[in-house]
Amino acid sequence: MPSSVMPTPRKGGGVRPPAAVSAFDLRKSYGDKTVLDGIDLRIPAGTVFALLGPNGAGKTTTVQILSTLVAADGGQAQVAGHDIGTAPDRVRAAIGVTGQFAALDDLLTAEENLLLMADLLRLGKREGRARTGELLERFGIADVARKRAATFSGGMRRRLDLAMTLVGDPQVIFLDEPTTGLDPRSRRTMWDMVRELVAGGTTVFLTTQYLEEADQLADRIAVLDGGRLVAEGTADELKARIPGSHVRLRFTDPAEYERAAGAFPGAARDDGELALRVAGDGGLDALRALLDRLDAAGIRAADFSVHTPDLDDVFLALTGQGTPGPGAPLHLKENR
Amino acid sequence: MSTFAHAVHDSRTMLRRNLKHAIRYPSVGLGAAMMPILMLLLFVYAFGGSIGAGMGGRDAYIGYLTPGIIVMGVAAGSMSTSIAVCNDMTEGIINCFRTMNITRSSFLTGHVIGSVIQTMLCCVPVVGVALAIGFRSGASPLRWLAAAGLLAAVAFAVTWLSVALGLISKTVESASNKPLLIQFLPFLGSAFVPAGSMSPGLRWFAENQPFTPVIETLRGLLCGTAIGDNGWISLAWCAGIALIGYLWSRSLFNSSTKH
Repeated sequence: MPSSVMPTPRKGGGVRPPAAVSAFDLRKSYGDKTVLDGIDLRIPAGTVFALLGPNGAGKTTTVQILSTLVAADGGQAQVAGHDIGTAPDRVRAAIGVTGQFAALDDLLTAEENLLLMADLLRLGKREGRARTGELLERFGIADVARKRAATFSGGMRRRLDLAMTLVGDPQVIFLDEPTTGLDPRSRRTMWDMVRELVAGGTTVFLTTQYLEEADQLADRIAVLDGGRLVAEGTADELKARIPGSHVRLRFTDPAEYERAAGAFPGAARDDGELALRVAGDGGLDALRALLDRLDAAGIRAADFSVHTPDLDDVFLALTGQGTPGPGAPLHLKENR
Repeated sequence: MSTFAHAVHDSRTMLRRNLKHAIRYPSVGLGAAMMPILMLLLFVYAFGGSIGAGMGGRDAYIGYLTPGIIVMGVAAGSMSTSIAVCNDMTEGIINCFRTMNITRSSFLTGHVIGSVIQTMLCCVPVVGVALAIGFRSGASPLRWLAAAGLLAAVAFAVTWLSVALGLISKTVESASNKPLLIQFLPFLGSAFVPAGSMSPGLRWFAENQPFTPVIETLRGLLCGTAIGDNGWISLAWCAGIALIGYLWSRSLFNSSTKH
């Protein structure tokens, strides 16, 4: 398996946009446990970057280092143009962080939480109030503004948390697993909010263990496994690294299965399941040709499915889990 | 704004947050006031007859006991800060504060000032009940003011220590246990009975532990007994404990960022 990072060549060859986040050889260990083993990153301003990895891969540690919560053992990083080691306060002034667990003050109301942020950002009374009102509206929590955060559902807590992050209008936002534990509807709402942010020019650094989330939101994705980046690119580039799509044909009658195997000599056999995997590019023409061939041979398949590689395959292949069979349940490695 | 102005602004914001907590969840504050009141009533009406027999009766004992109870209440009230600090440290909000460009120490300062204000307010009902059951002080307003100043110094010192204890606690439960030791100290001093009446070993401890000079000073201010050197000794204890608590808290708070 290739373990090197494969940056994609940039089209056009023009001037590279300024990096909102850049890191070189970031390292961190806790005791003798290496959590980050030399991470290089370059995230252009105004884009969404997803750091994808199983639990324990080092995603949260990366965010903690870049957001100045934790000091790195080695390497350098700049966020919004400021060095995290020598100018942490300037970094802090330019970023917003939403962690895995909502950082709310449960004893305060939603409005008070936002006003607390405004106070800490020294916005001034009038501006703080205006900003708070605006964010309450935008995040759909205006009707519960006077309710204590402790009474909020998971989705509402994340929304309020994100709203609090945005009070200071940060240039770079770190979202550490922003939708972990949310129901599908809340997840989609969260995604829409992230998209809105990016439309406004904010750079988003996202960590997630959901491949779909990275696929949906990110301009570029890096896969982190065991403290190293094992791949980087757009979702399509990563998908292209997994060999082609295929059609799976399943039979109930062993004789039918054998005849089909004869008709498709190149297909991979699964004798236990009486299933064939026929490689193809997933296009309509290839599919039509395959069906014609089945028809011509007078073979009836009991079950038929087209399988296109998705990020799950990429992820599992890259993080050392091997390529799963079609329909194999997604299983994220709990490593280290 | 200068660095100092920032620090003041941020500390005020944190203080407002803590006072809001106190108002919204008055149970901790009420508990801090109720405990000394119950102790006062218990010792006056249940034990006062027999303890006070050697001091000129129950009424005389109220005079002896009240300053001790007030100091005990201040110590106990201040120690509740560790729960609030530990609570914040275990919630996500601390990481939110830490990734913002704010004065780091403001988080601790806000807790300490908030706690001192709360503790001082808790003294008011304690003194009120003492007066209601017969405590009489001939002290001038100036002496009352000096008493309040002394208590504020005690609250300030014990609160800093309490902050450190809150920071070393991994859970809120353990944070609520640690302060018991300090809350218990006034019992082993001259709060309830004169140190001279104790067994020799305990007597030595009672005479040399920080709460005894504080209690004696307060007794002197409110009841006119001799203060002697106790005033200065008290202030020295307060300054020492506050300094240790502050330095310890600061180092704990800064180092907890790194792992």
